[in-house]
Amino acid sequence: MVTEEQVDQVIAEILGSYRKDRKNLVPLLQAVQTKLGYLPKEAMKGIASFLEMPEVDVWGVATFYNQFRFVPLGKYHTVVCMGTACHLAGGRLILEALERELDIKVGETAEDGNFSLERVACIGCCMLAPVIIIKDKIHPKITPFKVEEALIPYKHEAQSEKS
Amino acid sequence: MTFEEISNKAKSEWEALQKGNYILVGTATCGRAAGALDVVDAFGKELKRRGLEVPIIQVGCMELCYAEPLVTISKPDSLRVVYNNVTPEIVPRLVAGYVAGDDPCLELALGTLEGGDEEAVYIPELPRYERELRLILRRCGYIDPESMNDYIANGGYSGLEKALKISPDEIIVELKKSGLRGRGGAGFPTHRKWEQCRKAKGTPKYVICNADEGDPGAFMDRVVLESDPHQVIEGMTIAGYAVGAEQGYVYVRAEYPLAIERVRIALKQAAEFGFLGDNVMGSGFAFHIEIAAGAGAFVSGEATALVAAMEGRRSEPRIRPPRLAEAGLWNKPTLLNNVKTFAYVPSIIERGAEWFASNGTEGSKGTAVFALAGKVVNSGLAEVPMGTTLRQLVYDIGGGIVKDRQFKAVQIGGPSGGCLPEALLDIPIDYDSLREAGSMMGSGGIIIMDEDNCMVDAARFFLDFSARESCGKCTMCRLGTLQMLHILEDITAGRGKMEDIDLVLALAEDVKAGSLCGLGKTAPNPVLTTLRYFRDEYEAHIQEKFCPAKVCTELIVYYILPDRCDRACEHCVLTCPTEAIKGGKGEVKIIDQEKCSKCGTCLEVCPPEYNAVVKLSPVSSLPSPELPKRRSKK
Ligand SMILES: Cc1cc2nc3c(=O)[nH]c(=O)nc-3n(C[C@H](O)[C@H](O)[C@H](O)COP(=O)(O)O)c2cc1C
Ligand code: FES
Repeated sequence: MVTEEQVDQVIAEILGSYRKDRKNLVPLLQAVQTKLGYLPKEAMKGIASFLEMPEVDVWGVATFYNQFRFVPLGKYHTVVCMGTACHLAGGRLILEALERELDIKVGETAEDGNFSLERVACIGCCMLAPVIIIKDKIHPKITPFKVEEALIPYKHEAQSEKS
Repeated sequence: MTFEEISNKAKSEWEALQKGNYILVGTATCGRAAGALDVVDAFGKELKRRGLEVPIIQVGCMELCYAEPLVTISKPDSLRVVYNNVTPEIVPRLVAGYVAGDDPCLELALGTLEGGDEEAVYIPELPRYERELRLILRRCGYIDPESMNDYIANGGYSGLEKALKISPDEIIVELKKSGLRGRGGAGFPTHRKWEQCRKAKGTPKYVICNADEGDPGAFMDRVVLESDPHQVIEGMTIAGYAVGAEQGYVYVRAEYPLAIERVRIALKQAAEFGFLGDNVMGSGFAFHIEIAAGAGAFVSGEATALVAAMEGRRSEPRIRPPRLAEAGLWNKPTLLNNVKTFAYVPSIIERGAEWFASNGTEGSKGTAVFALAGKVVNSGLAEVPMGTTLRQLVYDIGGGIVKDRQFKAVQIGGPSGGCLPEALLDIPIDYDSLREAGSMMGSGGIIIMDEDNCMVDAARFFLDFSARESCGKCTMCRLGTLQMLHILEDITAGRGKMEDIDLVLALAEDVKAGSLCGLGKTAPNPVLTTLRYFRDEYEAHIQEKFCPAKVCTELIVYYILPDRCDRACEHCVLTCPTEAIKGGKGEVKIIDQEKCSKCGTCLEVCPPEYNAVVKLSPVSSLPSPELPKRRSKK
């Protein structure tokens, strides 16, 4: 979890390098998310007052675009492709398997902060469909059974760090 | 330096490179996903170990995504050999064999590389190249996308140089003669847009390149930007000169980090060479280009929605007129074209309109670039003359269906394109023929489906995408698509009624009529075409609760054939994630249908020599003692 001071610091840093111009709203949101992994409420408020626009408009824009997230990502962020090629190769079963194995729904981050699950429409490697990405590593031609296998090393790592 | 001097210098450097050995590795996104960066590392290490000084050049995508990582070893006086699916393990063998020695390791090769310079490179061993005509992909996978010199030495920027010497009106006339139509989907004549923008009152004017490419399963624009970015920059600069704009933007989705990076590098180089900036090539014409990173909304690809996104607003389309050419970005005259549209421009100016127009059909000139994905053997890109048939594309270039399964449908034009059956495979690919068949050219994504794909499920999937991506401005698009989706969900879950078909058809008309932009207007296409060409599948789902492709989980059951089950084997029992399979050692295994989540793991792990697990549909076809007491609900 990011602390309030951290948010303030990041915001101050980022705002310093942008002009006060509405067209910079999306780039600002992108910059914050790149730094923090998500958009904390305080950050959006900071951007609103910097651009002198209503907070609700910042919220309206941020929630419009698929790129923005409002909860922190897990340590092992998992992305499941729900693009056309992946769907035709059984993507829905993969999504169900991930939800079952991680015990979270798509779009959520587990309470212990280890895993988070997100769906996207096409990662751009359709020839390897269906694909998932765990912590930036692509797992090609995955099956529900292989999902379980692919997660084992990360689950172990999370376990051993806890103890 | 004059352009001629720059060009001569680039050419002599290129020729010097050809005099020695060098290695090309494809490291576009597709190559990277397949492990190309590890291959680059492996070559680096192996060459160093042997004390060899051979350049390793990272190039873009050669269209053959299925064969990535692709490596080409080029030697001055012998064959240039292309190797497919290269792994770090075979790198030492390639280095020992062909870099250091004279053994071309043909058993590892895909073929040889021919062509080059002004023309496209090709692999004569692959029959697909007889069908292809690569105009805008001709340098992709051959030149270093991060090298300005490579681009110039292979004909780059001579279109701009020529353009600056003729008048803007002459450029527009040339475009008109070429017959170029926009490659972003709608096929609007490009010269008309340019002319409208040129004539529009108001300054400054803007040029925007639409690289949003939100269509899942389409990656042509990404490949062009990752493999040959200067081509697009050159086209945009010519456009700026023709319409009288000084500022250009490349609007590219943030999910394409490598494309963004390569465009950034290319922009920097072009500015250093004076091909962008306050005085382009010394002509007195000023033009600058910036990158705007999209934040991932499919609708942002729509022209007016894209402008809203760039202005920092929610990306919602607006009513036209006014056209962007009159009131676009910040209400100023704006020219907006697709990546590929701009990419054609330099060659058209350089080689002439006749050259371009000599390819293609009466109403659709030039080539079309497609991304083939789904159940096709050779996933990847293809650039073919307009008028090529779908069959040629799927079989001659795509190599047919994986595992020799039966072809079922081809979906063309992105999530709102239509699904066309076998009987229509011989229609020529051009804007008008596709529209007649209920589909559209769209962005150029082509998805191939086989007998294992359910058409009702496919229609549901595409509708789900459109409903999710609807911006919500128009009621019919926001709620009508959702309502259609609910009906299809019912049908795929076995709760459909025959009346539903008429209801969906009526709703489809309303959604089309009641939507402002192309998203809503075309969202019903997949449903309409699957109903037109695959109605029997809908009826089977509704009347017999039968999914012919055995995809819809609520209409299928998994069953272990007792006489095929080995009894001693316990693969399924041990791997079933819901512990739904009963049967101790030595017993026939039985699936508890109440617990089964229908993930298919048992089918996957059952050893091929037994092949005991089958899918059955409808659920009632399950042999009676095992019938679930009540229909299991997920
Ligand atoms: C929902 C929707 C999404 C679109 N997405 C794209 C896109 O990703 N890329 C694109 O070039 N055009 C897209 N278009 C088409 C654009 O509105 C526009 O027609 C096109 O970019 C114009 O360029 P062209 O004249 O070069 O074809 C989309 C249209 C709609 C309705
Ligand atoms: S559809 Fe999954 S990578 Fe393209």
